[in-house]
Amino acid sequence: MSTLIQTDRFALSAAERSAIEHEMHHYEDPRAASIEALKIVQKARGWVPDGAADAIGELLGIPASDVEGVATFYSQIFRQPVGRHIIRVCDSMTCFIGGHESILEALQHQLGIAPGQTTADGRFTLIPVCCLGNCDKAPALMIDDDTFGDVRSEGVAALLEAYP
Amino acid sequence: MTRSTTKMLASLGPANRVARNEETHPLTWRLRDDGQPVWLDEYQQKNGYAAARKALAEMAQADIVQTVKDSGLKGRGGAGFPTGVKWGLMPADEAQNIRYLLCNADEMEPNTWKDRLLMEQLPHLLVEGMLISARALKAYRGYIFLRGEYVDAAHNLNRAIEEAKAAGLLGKNILGSGFDFELFVHTGAGRYICGEETALINSLEGRRANPRAKPPFPAAVGVWGKPTCVNNVETLCNVPAIIGNGVDWYKSLARPGSEDMGSKLMGFSGKVKHPGIWELPFGISARELFEDYAGGMRDGYRLKCWQPGGAGTGFLLPEHLEAQMYAGGIAKVGTRMGTGLALAVDDTINMVSLLRNMEEFFARESCGWCTPCRDGLPWSVKILRALERGQGSRQDIDTLLQLVDFLGPGRTFCAHAPGAVEPLGSAVKYFRHEFEAGVAQEAKAPMQPA
Repeated sequence: MSTLIQTDRFALSAAERSAIEHEMHHYEDPRAASIEALKIVQKARGWVPDGAADAIGELLGIPASDVEGVATFYSQIFRQPVGRHIIRVCDSMTCFIGGHESILEALQHQLGIAPGQTTADGRFTLIPVCCLGNCDKAPALMIDDDTFGDVRSEGVAALLEAYP
Repeated sequence: MTRSTTKMLASLGPANRVARNEETHPLTWRLRDDGQPVWLDEYQQKNGYAAARKALAEMAQADIVQTVKDSGLKGRGGAGFPTGVKWGLMPADEAQNIRYLLCNADEMEPNTWKDRLLMEQLPHLLVEGMLISARALKAYRGYIFLRGEYVDAAHNLNRAIEEAKAAGLLGKNILGSGFDFELFVHTGAGRYICGEETALINSLEGRRANPRAKPPFPAAVGVWGKPTCVNNVETLCNVPAIIGNGVDWYKSLARPGSEDMGSKLMGFSGKVKHPGIWELPFGISARELFEDYAGGMRDGYRLKCWQPGGAGTGFLLPEHLEAQMYAGGIAKVGTRMGTGLALAVDDTINMVSLLRNMEEFFARESCGWCTPCRDGLPWSVKILRALERGQGSRQDIDTLLQLVDFLGPGRTFCAHAPGAVEPLGSAVKYFRHEFEAGVAQEAKAPMQPA
């Protein structure tokens, strides 16, 4: 099975390994670096592939099942491939009042995907997110590390153009 | 549309534009008009770290704790527990010399954007607040638990920590006092529940963010089993001015009638003319916040109801705007002040739809640890969705009220579910007709004899 082969092949890169080892020194217990380790892998690869839990667990000296338990708990760790750009649409009540559902509809229409999905060309993944803390400029969304406020549904297409 | 980059931080807003001074605006007087971060040189020119120098050179650790206790400072994360009392719970036993100070910067409560302002624009205020607090608590290490989406805050805090280390304000033998303190930024990976202080400790340890049973409280058994104190960003940012200017000054800030001391970042959002945050004295009326600062409703909108401080607080009616903004003042009209960042609900918003949105959030963010929360919240979502579509059954409103009771304070492992049902209970109380309108026509019709 191809997935098994992929699993067996997973290995942390030297850069990932050294970044995780650096993080371990910030804590009393290596386990505490597990979330950061997952983020390091995700930053390099876009997502956390099967097998990463084993490799991280081995490095931190904790069971792979614990790493997987953490990976599946936190909403910003992706356990399946995602697009090159992540669109996070704030769905707080403040953005609801600000009209976020029309923004979400415009994005779904523009991209042809539902929340939680990735475009066929691998460019965008669309997900909801907890209050982005931009409530005086609702509705708000993030694309990768950029935060946008006072978003209008008619402006959504232009917004996406900056993310090839 | 506005795009926030390092050139323009998301937190730039009215707090940067109002007149403010050191005497009345201890949290925000150092903000720059242009909203750019205040780095070390400018922070020190504006009297920054003077309080830390005083605390480290002139004050015994117990004196710092006593001063904060006497000031009446209460936690600014929403629960309002007296900070000095929390500090006093740390063990007196000197042999327990490994202690931690954690800053709860996991700001994710819907309609809350106050800690972001402080961390993005005044990162040194938080570093100084943590330095003084760590000294008082005898903590040798601190972590700022920051939500992952606050990338500008993470950048600015890390830069501030580097500046402070280079200036001898963090690290070994700080300012020649013999006190050592190191500080790290720990960024999270999502999940609202991380803001619950024992869930935060689990998350910091690299575990799933399930809350822990209390007791033992974190002061006795916290992160890695050691005495730990968890304080909110805004709480810690109050500490330097209390130490610098003293208890009498701090107590003079609040308006008459307020039982809470000091100033508070308060806000109003929704379809108000000027949504924003302002540093205001405890005890101002909600009406003053709503009308004088937020400018009242935008033209064409009417205020239907409002929430005083985050998703976990109850809804109040326009007549309740007379209430004073402090814990007891809001309690008098039936709910909690929470974060003090209020939300205006206008007359175009259907309460069933709004509550459906809110309970979807609470259900999604439940950690799943205890049954009432894990099962009860999705149940409320299912009912609210049916009512929103006009397909509710006659029993639905009673079932919602039962859930409000079953998921209330004392019935669940942590405060997540009680926070989720507080707005639901108040929405049904004040706007029951909107929920009744969602009952399907056939369900409303009296049963016909066979």
